[in-house]
Amino acid sequence: MEVISLGFWDLGMAAVLVFVLALLSLALSLGLEWKILLFGCRMTVQLLIIGVVLRYLFADGSLLMVVLMSTVMLLAAGREVLARQNIRIKGFTGYAIGTGAMFVSSFSVSLIALIVIIRVDPWYTPQYAVPLLGMLLGNTMTGIALALDHLTDRLRREQGVVEQRLLLGQTWKQASMEIRRSCMRTGMIPIINSMAAAGLVSLPGMMTGQILGGTPPIEAVKYQILIIFLIAAGTGFGVICAIWLSGHYLFDKRHRLCLEKLG
Amino acid sequence: MISKQSISTLKFQQSGSIRLEVEGLKFLDNGPYSFDIKKKECVGVSGKSGIGKTQLLRAITDLIPHSGQLLFDGARCSTFAAPVWRSKVTMIPAESFWWYETVEDHFPLKQKKQSIVEQCESVGFADDVLGWQVGRLSTGEKQRLALIRGLSNTPSVLLLDEPCSALDEYHTKLIESLVLQYIQDKRSSVLWVSHDPDQLQRVADREFSLLKNDLVEKRK
Repeated sequence: MEVISLGFWDLGMAAVLVFVLALLSLALSLGLEWKILLFGCRMTVQLLIIGVVLRYLFADGSLLMVVLMSTVMLLAAGREVLARQNIRIKGFTGYAIGTGAMFVSSFSVSLIALIVIIRVDPWYTPQYAVPLLGMLLGNTMTGIALALDHLTDRLRREQGVVEQRLLLGQTWKQASMEIRRSCMRTGMIPIINSMAAAGLVSLPGMMTGQILGGTPPIEAVKYQILIIFLIAAGTGFGVICAIWLSGHYLFDKRHRLCLEKLG
Repeated sequence: MISKQSISTLKFQQSGSIRLEVEGLKFLDNGPYSFDIKKKECVGVSGKSGIGKTQLLRAITDLIPHSGQLLFDGARCSTFAAPVWRSKVTMIPAESFWWYETVEDHFPLKQKKQSIVEQCESVGFADDVLGWQVGRLSTGEKQRLALIRGLSNTPSVLLLDEPCSALDEYHTKLIESLVLQYIQDKRSSVLWVSHDPDQLQRVADREFSLLKNDLVEKRK
């Protein structure tokens, strides 16, 4: 089946739906109307740019360009993680923790997938490497942002409990154990839920795209299963890493809770 | 159970050697403070609201950054891991916090249940208190149980931050007796912060008045 090409008029009609949503937000005083419009426009511009960039990248195919592209994606994801937190870790460290956790999880899982599982040659073939990393970063970013937001919020709200436990001679790990576990669960729940719903409730985007592009459904399904496994592992590793790093940063060597490090 | 000895009898059985030594302690905008607490001694501290009494206790437990020296039996605070230090020098805050469902969950497993129950009974609780839900406890009940929880670590130095602020006269006397009995039984030392001069008169061997940059000993 040929892919039906979409014109600007088609996209414009979909955009009208978002505009209606913004009007509803205004009518219901949700305060989200400007965000809906701004981020809708931003998404459109970003995707149009990435379309052009990918066309150049696929044609070029060099390792240097793939690394450059991956770095830009990682740094942008790190900024997004920070932006999604109400209470942030101050300074560059807050950015570094989110970005570092995503680097460790998304990049390592992507490399394993490219070299060991898919075995594409060369391993940095941009048609595989860039979309794979993009999907991993997108999901890991959401998980890490949720987990970190939950952590900073709970540590501030439950300072009394944590310090009470420290005063009773517990280590910082014991005193914050339940909070850190809860944050890890919060970060991982979305991907676990999406695994439960995949195929039954929702048809994941990549699979749908491949089917629309003419790939046989069974082949598309296999790729989707692979991607969901990778996303689940990447998100889980990233969330655990981010909470581990934040815990070590927000408590000092004398097992004190350092809330002054939060903005 | 607490013996029937009167508070005044319990109070004056102290020995001499120094348990906790504080030298030039500075924290936030406060200090420097220097004083010591001997074994089996109860030292009272009073001062204006907001002057830094609670922060003084938090600094001594190493919960906030500070400068100056803290010595336990002559050994510096920094030579102990922080959790070990806080097990030896334990602070009981005025407001207690609870994080599990039942009272029992908050006590260390190694602690003998019977002795905890006995301590609870000595401050006016029924013998089934460990099974109580934390949600049903009043502020005063929490305050009394928080003291028992702190004592279950058998600290050598106990830092009490207004431990009777939510209690009536009857329960206040029970707490005073329990603490003074503990001092005698465990040869421990207590730093007792209170706004009540009569209470400090009853329990403390020495009394200090806390100022922003000084700790003045009161003449008895």
